[in-house]
This record gives sequence, structure tokens and C-alpha cells, in this order.
Amino acid sequence: MENNKRVVITGMGIWSCLGTSLDEVRESLYNGKSGIVVDPVRQELGFRSPLTASVEKPDLKKKVSRSMRQFMSEEAQYAYCATEQALAQAGMTQEYIDAHEIGVLYGNDSTAKSTYDAVSKIYEYKSTQACGSGAIFQSMCSNTTQCLATLFRLKGINLTTSGACASGSHAIGLAYLLIKNGLQDCVIAGGAQEVNPECMGSFDGIQAFSTAHIDEPAKASRPFDKNRDGLVPSGGGATLIIESLESALARGAQPIAEIIGWGFSGNGDHISTPNVAGPQRSIELAIQSAGVAPTEIGYVNAHATSTHAGDGREAMAIANVFGDYKVPVTSTKSQTGHECWMAGASEAIYSILMMKNNFIAGNINFEEPDEETACINVIAKTQEAHFDMFLSNSFGFGGTNSTIIVKDFK
Amino acid sequence: MTREEIIEQVNTVLAEEFEIEDSNFAPDAVIYDTLELDSLSLVDLVAVIEHTFKVKIPAAELPTVKTFEQLYDYIESHLA
Repeated sequence: MENNKRVVITGMGIWSCLGTSLDEVRESLYNGKSGIVVDPVRQELGFRSPLTASVEKPDLKKKVSRSMRQFMSEEAQYAYCATEQALAQAGMTQEYIDAHEIGVLYGNDSTAKSTYDAVSKIYEYKSTQACGSGAIFQSMCSNTTQCLATLFRLKGINLTTSGACASGSHAIGLAYLLIKNGLQDCVIAGGAQEVNPECMGSFDGIQAFSTAHIDEPAKASRPFDKNRDGLVPSGGGATLIIESLESALARGAQPIAEIIGWGFSGNGDHISTPNVAGPQRSIELAIQSAGVAPTEIGYVNAHATSTHAGDGREAMAIANVFGDYKVPVTSTKSQTGHECWMAGASEAIYSILMMKNNFIAGNINFEEPDEETACINVIAKTQEAHFDMFLSNSFGFGGTNSTIIVKDFK
Repeated sequence: MTREEIIEQVNTVLAEEFEIEDSNFAPDAVIYDTLELDSLSLVDLVAVIEHTFKVKIPAAELPTVKTFEQLYDYIESHLA
């Protein structure tokens, strides 16, 4: 079995607060649009921060039968919409899927709303049947991969990656590894994140969210900025079609980009406070895996979520690896908020859109660094820029880190 | 609640739940065939009746509720 196949991306799909098509999202990125709004429901529920992302709810009535929709959580619906787009871009028809072993690896780490709805009915009616038939499926973290695999009749690997806010990136990394090693020819990879008060209430409770700009929601998410005061929760779905170069060429598909490296690490430290060494090792391993020099990387899409500790330590990790080379860095979370389980996948797509369209989307709200973030080159305003390789970080609770390196395919 | 009201409400909620355009179900029609229910979606029928009328249909009694008429009868006789 060949263990060094080239791994390419042939399709992308996105359902996010920046738009529900690649074109719309590209425009939003370029124009520095923020997807952050105030949610009145969170205000009523006593959240410290009522800020969230505005993500369109999909209407799948005309696309998916009632008998299948019953099983689909909110996040699975986002994933479905993103996957439908990605398959179309990859030119992958149902007929093709039926004739090949296509896998699915998708990041997800909560089903809070579905679980809450089901358990509430048990309490209200004192009856488990009152939950309905979809509740058990919707309440599992694997709901997204259950639904994608069933709806698109996938016969390859079928696995949800739950790695906190690095879930989507780990899904891409694992897909890369399986394809590179010849264990799968094609994998649908991505990440999904529910957008509702139920999934974020407890997160709000640990005072992780921004409260300083409730009157100006677009200013709340400010990664690396001196006055950052916490993250803004967000979500949606993002899908990449990842396959071997042979698989893509045999189908006549045009590769968009090539995944050339994956690094991962654990902090072995605190459950929520990150350190420098763990992320740094993830970045170093990704660069080592890609076999490139740091100076070949033209852009870093940072994990930075707009928290004091996280952004500062990531900045130091980046600076330690890149040294004197001041690689351009931004966090697209300045526009999207923190897309959590989905972020690794969506940020790969955002970065590819920039790479293919010759710009770096400005890290909006970055006005001045603090002493920890001053060590990196944060691009505050959108600039025309040509780069053909980027690195994307995703880190999560429990000290899980994932870094991918993607190169343009021409 | 009168029987007519029960019939109207049952037909409305079942048509909505199972996305059937015509809610004028024949009283002697078999529910499972008309609504194209399988073993999983049958649970949704039980759930929607419970949500609407606060009437539980235990699994052991389900075999006795085959037609719409029998469902109306069951609800009428178990309404609190």
C-alpha cells in the first residue's frame, strides 16, 4: 500500500455567519464584515454576554425527506448544506459516490439543544416516548456523521472527531493521514457547530465571553488586540472534499489546494488555560511533516479567539517557531467569532479563499498589541497579498492542538 | 372536548407532523399505511398525541389502535 500519496482538496462548502456560499463568504472576508449580533433570548436568560453569530437556519423541507430530517440536529443541517455545496464543487455525483468508497470525518463536540429538548420532554410528560424518534440520534455527538453518511450513502470511514475547538482541524488531519497512507481515496471532512443558547450557557458561565462591546457587537471579537476581553460564540458548518491526487484526476476534478502537513499535540496541562509549549509543538510538527521551511509559509491563520491567555500564548508559540521571519498572521475569528468545533474546517476554507483570491483578510478590531502579542505581525486591514502556502492552527479545551499546512495547487 | 374537535385536532397535528397535504383522513383508513409509518416514526405518532392531548398510548396498547377511528376512540376514552 502506497504511503505517500498526494492529498488534495477538490471541493469546499460553507454555511457560516459570513455567508452561505463561497462567493458570499469571500466578499465578507475581503470587506471585513462581522457576523456578530446581540441575541435577545440570551439577554432574557441572564447570560453575561448576549453576543452570538447570526447564522441562517437552513430550510431542508424540499431537499430532505421528513423521515430523515427527524434525525438531523441543527448542526447536522449546517453540515448537510456545506457538504452539498462541497460535493457539487468537487463534481462528485451520487452515482459516483455509490460506486466508490467515500468516507466521512467530521468535527463535532456537542448536541446540547437536541439533548435539552429531549430530556425536557421526559421531565414534562414523564414519558420517554414523548421525546420522539429523532431524539436519540440527535443527542449523540456523532449525529452529524450519522446523517451525512446516511444521506449521501457513504461507505468509507464514518467517524466524528470530538476534539473541542480543534475538532474540525483534527478531522482534516485524520483525513489527510488516511488518504496519504492509501487507506481511503476520498473523505468528506469538516466541522459543525450548533448556534443556540443551550449549547453556550455553561460556557458563558465561566466568564469566557466578551462583554465590553455589547452595544457594538462587531467590535467584540478582537483577537490579539490589547483590549480583547473574551470570545464570542459562533457556528455553522464547513466541508472539504479531500482525496488523493489520483482520485481527483481520474474523475476529472480540478484540485483547489493540497494538504501537505499535519501536526498535533497535547498540552498535558490545565483543562482550559493553554500553554506555549503545546501549540508550539503542534506548529513545529506540522512544518516538519510538510517538509518545508517556515519562510515558505506566507500566511498563518491563527486559532486566536480573543481571550487574554489564549491569544498571548499562541502569539509566543508562533514567534518562537518563525523567529525573525515576521509571517503575516490574522485570526478570522475577529469577523466570525469562535466557530468552535467547526473552526478548523471553516478557517481552512477562509484561508484557501484568501489564497486563491490574492488577499489577506484583515484581523478586524486589532488596534494595538499588548506585550505578549507584539511579537507577531498581525495584519489589521485587508491587504492584497499573494501567498501560496498557509498554516492554520486550532486548539481546544483539555489541551488539544492541531495544525494543518495547505499549499496552492496550480 | 367534543369528538368532532378531537377528530379535527388529531387530523391537523398528524398532517402537520407527517407532512401530509390532505388532512381529511378516512376514519376506517389504516394509520400506518396512510402516514407511511415505520417502527421509528410510530414513536413520533405516540409523541405528538401525547404532546397534544396529554394522552399516553402504551406500547402494549398500540396494536389495538390501527385505524383513525380507533385512534379517536382511544383519545376520547383517555382524555383527562
